[in-house]
Order: sequence, then C-alpha cells, then structure tokens
Amino acid sequence: MSTTTFAQALNRALRDSLAEDDNVLVFGEDVGQLGGVFRITDGLTADFGEERCFDTPLAEAGIAGFAVGLAMQGFRPVIEMQFDAFGYPAFEQVVSHIAKMRNRTQGRLGMPIVIRMPFAGGIGGVEHHCDSSEGYYAHTPGLHVVTPATPADAYSLLREAIASDDPVVFMEPKALYWSKAELELPVTTEPFGRAAVRREGTDVTLVAYGPQVPNALRAAEVAEQEEGWSVEVVDLRTIVPFDDETVAASVRRTGRCVVVSEAQGFGGVGGEVAARVAERCFHSLAAPVLRVTGLDIPYPPPKLEHTHLPGVDRILDTIARLQWDDQPDTTHLAATR
Amino acid sequence: MSTGVQHLLPCAEPVQLLTEDGTRTDPTSEVRERGYAFPSDEDLLAVWRQMVIGRRFDAQATALTKQGRLAVYPSSRGQDACQVAPVLALQEQDWFFPTYRDSMALISRGLDPVEALTLLRGSWHCGYDPAATRTAPQCTPLATQAPHAAGAGHGMARRGEGGLALCFIGDGGTSEGDFHEGLNFAAVFNAPTVFFVQNNRYAISVPLARQTKAPSLAYKGIGYGIRSEQVDGNDPAAVLAVTRAAYEHARAGRGPFLIEAHTYRLEAHTNADDATRYRQADEVTQWSGRDPIARLRTYLVGTGALTPEREEQVAAEAEEYAADVRERMNREPEVAPLSLFDHVYAEPTPQLREQAAMVAAELEDAHGSEVTA
Repeated sequence: MSTTTFAQALNRALRDSLAEDDNVLVFGEDVGQLGGVFRITDGLTADFGEERCFDTPLAEAGIAGFAVGLAMQGFRPVIEMQFDAFGYPAFEQVVSHIAKMRNRTQGRLGMPIVIRMPFAGGIGGVEHHCDSSEGYYAHTPGLHVVTPATPADAYSLLREAIASDDPVVFMEPKALYWSKAELELPVTTEPFGRAAVRREGTDVTLVAYGPQVPNALRAAEVAEQEEGWSVEVVDLRTIVPFDDETVAASVRRTGRCVVVSEAQGFGGVGGEVAARVAERCFHSLAAPVLRVTGLDIPYPPPKLEHTHLPGVDRILDTIARLQWDDQPDTTHLAATR
Repeated sequence: MSTGVQHLLPCAEPVQLLTEDGTRTDPTSEVRERGYAFPSDEDLLAVWRQMVIGRRFDAQATALTKQGRLAVYPSSRGQDACQVAPVLALQEQDWFFPTYRDSMALISRGLDPVEALTLLRGSWHCGYDPAATRTAPQCTPLATQAPHAAGAGHGMARRGEGGLALCFIGDGGTSEGDFHEGLNFAAVFNAPTVFFVQNNRYAISVPLARQTKAPSLAYKGIGYGIRSEQVDGNDPAAVLAVTRAAYEHARAGRGPFLIEAHTYRLEAHTNADDATRYRQADEVTQWSGRDPIARLRTYLVGTGALTPEREEQVAAEAEEYAADVRERMNREPEVAPLSLFDHVYAEPTPQLREQAAMVAAELEDAHGSEVTA
C-alpha cells in the first residue's frame, strides 16, 4: 500500500490505458509537454510520445469534432476540456454527434470517446472555472456521466470509461485532485451503474456524488456525534447509468433521504435523484425527500464561493428538517385557513 | 506577397475548362501551372452519365415529397457537377462527409438510394452503414462535419493506408465556427482532408453577401496555411480536374485543400420553402443557362464520345433507376417502436429497459383495443 492522490490515480489510469491499447490517444489543450494545468497528463508525452499524447489548437469544438473523426477510424480518443465552463464551445459536438452517433447509425458507428473535465468549485477559481455542468450532460441520452469521489474510483472508473464502447463524460472534482488514499494500483472497483454505500446508517440516507461525497461523510459524522442520528452515505459514482436499486434500498431502510449536489438546484441532477427516490420509496418515507444544493446563481467569485457551496452546516440543517418528531409540519396550512 | 504564400491562393477567377456553351477554354497560364489536367472523354462520360441519373433521382425525390413519401427533400438540382465529380474521383478507401443536401452525391458514391433517403423518409436517421460505405451520416448541424473530416483524415494518415477525407459544406456553413476549427485542425495536423464548398449563393434565404466579404470563399484557406482553389462549379470538367489535383495533393502528404465551387441551387431550399420571397426569377433563368449537364453533353457530343445510342441508353437507365426508387419508396417502411431503445447505448441502461417494457405494454394495449374495436 502507498499513498496515492486522486490526480496520481487518474494519471496512472491514462498511462495503463495507453500502454494496453495502441488506439488510445490523449489530446487537448496543454496536455502534452506541460502535463495539463492540473498535471493529470504529466509525463505521458515523454513516456508514450507525441503520437499518443498531444496538444491541439485551442478550440474545444475542434477537439471534440476531431475526436469524432478519429473514433470513426477506430481510435479511442481521451480528450480534455481544460475546465468545465471551457467545455461549452464543444457542447454541440458532444450533444449532436458524440452522444447520438450510435443511435443515428442504428448501432453501426459507436463513439468510444472519453471527455475528461475538471468540474465544480471550492478551489478559489475565478469565474468560468468552477461550473457544475453535469446536469447538461446527464440530460443528454447517449452519454455516460461519471463522477468519481475517491482515488480508487478515479483509477478504476477512468479505465472503464476508456474501455467503454460508448462516450463518457468523465467529471473530475477539482477540489478532490489532492485528496489521498492508501492504495495499491491497479485497482478494480465496482463497475459503472453501481452506487456505493460509503457509510452505513439507519436513520437517514445522504445521496451525494463527486465533490460532495466527502462533505456528506463529514456531515454524517457530526450528525451522529452531536444529534445521535445514524446517517448512511451513498456515493452515486456514475450519474448515468443511475443505480436506482442501491439508492432505493438504502432509503427504504432508513426512511429519510437528503440529496446533496454542489450544482445549482433548479432543474438539476439533485432534483432528478429526489424524484426517483420519491417515486420508488414513498411508502417507506417518514419525511419528504430534501435537497442540499448550490444556490441558483452563477458561480460566485472566490471570496464568496463558500456562501454558495453546500457544506456540512447546510447538510446538517437540512437533515434537521426531516420531521424527526414525526409530526407533520402544518404551519403552512394554518396560514391558508 | 511572397512566393511562400502565393501557392496557397486560389486563381484570380474560378477555374473553367469548359465554357457555358460546352467548348474547351484556352486555359490561363495560372490554370496550366497548377496542373489542372483536362479529363479524358471516358472520365467525363462517366460524370455525365451519373449526373443524368442523379438529376432524375433528384426529381423523383422531389415528387415523393408531394406524395407524402418523404418528409422533406432539399434538392441539389443545378449543383449536379459538384454532387457527382468529386465523389466519382474518390477511391473506395476514402471517407466522404456529406450534408443534408447531398443525397445525389450519396447515390453517386454507390449507396443504395432507399438507404440514402432514410433520413428524409423519416423511418430512421442514417439509413446506410457508415463504416461499410465509408460515408459519414449526412450532417444537418452546419459545418460540424468539418472537424470530423479533419480527424478522420488524420486518423487515416496515422493508419498509413493512403486514404483521404472529402468534406462537403455549403456557403452558409463557412460562417460557422466549426468550419474554421475544422480547417485549422486539418492544417495543423497536416491531415489529408479536402474541403469542398458548394457555394450555391443562398443559405436558405440569406444571400452570400451576408455570409462573407471575402473575394472568394477559397480565400479562407490561406489564413490556415491551406492551399485553396475556386472553380466554376457548373463546369464538370473543371470540378473533376480541380478535385483530382486536391486529392493528389492530400495523398502526397501535402495536407488539406480547400475548394470553393461556384454554383447555384435552382430549386428552393426544400420543397417546404418559397424561394420567390428572396430571389428574382431572372437570376434563376440566368443560372439555368449554365446547366452542367447540357454543357458537358454539348462537349461530349462534339468529341463524338457521346452517341445518340449511348444517350438513349443512359436516359433509359435513369428512368429505370427512378422507377426502382419510386417503387421501393412507395412501400410503407417498416418501423419498430421498440428499436428506439436498441442503440442509445451499446447496452441499454436499467432505466431504458424499464421504459422499453412500458412502451411494449402500451403497444400491446393499443393492439388489444384495435382488436376489440
């Protein structure tokens, strides 16, 4: 066992995929000599050559479209959008071509493309560097949307993404790049479509993904110590495919559910998860499913980001609203009487 | 301007090898220097034959919209030389990236016409096998195929098997960012990709003057370091000669090539459009006089390559082709609602399986109620 960071695990996954399959190509902006602005591609050009890991012109639609053409020739492009919000120029290529090509061609032309993307905030980034854009991709049929939260998953899910015959939007929580684990690589964790119970509990289920998984775990500890609530934490790991089974089984056990998502809440993944839980677990629920999300605002400047980001306090406050006295809250009814 | 960049620029005037009345031009020194060789009678005869069949197909497709057999059809009548010559000059290993207006080009590549019309028939999106035909699905979002063609060209260069990518695009498409990113990527990676712009002077209703102030769309190549040319797109001999030179350039490892073909869309944007709202009848009449098929016919009759017998034979062939298309398109296409779930992913997600089961139950209910009714 050795200490491995999330970033190192990603680098190793790219390395192992490049070594295993000559058709794997890594390209994007600054991924070559520099090794990427977060150093995720560090040393790949030196070790695998300019042919396998290379810089491109600074044009995201071009990068994504170029990947489509290469995929048509049997390559497996792994492309990087340098930051979440810098991925928007490529949106049309991702949505209209990468996501739909298999469907448009009746299964004859798949797009084995991985779109790596550092996402979300909490690192003091200035505007356009901290968006949570997963909702746009999760809303697009044809894409897998993957959000690892541990170094082991960072490695294993990226390997699976590169081996997948379908396109994967691989969203790397920036705030977790420097998180560590005692880990021996290579490692194989659960496959796509399987959520993981990161902490067992009996009173309430927190469903989280990506950057909010550590927050959910911290909140669970505090809730247990200070309030005596036993909190289960489910890490989605992959938003698409979604693991209804694990999430619903957990909520049926605990009877309460809070969905934690860093993205702005309205119309987002958090709402989708809440709806799916309500649809499946209604008779097991002692309280409405609540969401803890970012505010419905453009991502704020660094000095204000902590007001926006869901943190342990907001999670705890939300857990506290789960009708623990088992008396329905009728105050809103009184006003209308 | 230094000689270092001069070779990238197009000729001052569109390359023309046949005049509008079908006689050979005296090529300018520019045209001679660039090696645009006048094609053989045999090759021109092949282009002429395919144009005749293509135009008959095009008319048949338009007729099918009136019978409700096609949801919509964007005709390429008038652009026949552009639809046929670049495609016939391709090799089997090459990849072709067509747009929604390029159905005539698809059949010129030898694709099954019913498969080629699937998109417009509405029974699926792409009806042909892109890998087997080495033809990408017809691209509707404008210019998004340009970076695909750059990537495919680069991919073929990596494989080292001598293939190239031919990318069709319209004049309107050259305003899109993806056109520029496609050119730039192709140039930077020295991809064997030929961009062929069919400048038919209108993007639906918007005239060329609203797309560009460039003296020719071919001037868009030099900014990327791409060799470029402009050609009379209604001159089949010139289109064939210039695309051949472009392919030779790409295959020799000299990188991408941009061609602007000056042509004209004789029909409205689609059968659902009314072109009288934005262009004058005399303009259409004027362009009708530059018909590529008539022009080439005059030339080939003059050389003796095209005999009355051959002409009769090709006319019959075109009728037979159209009759086959008509007959097959008049059959109701088979659609399978549950196939909607088949190719969203290689393996359907659990959620898609659930939805498929729901639709299956709906279908069974609908079928049941029909039976009881």
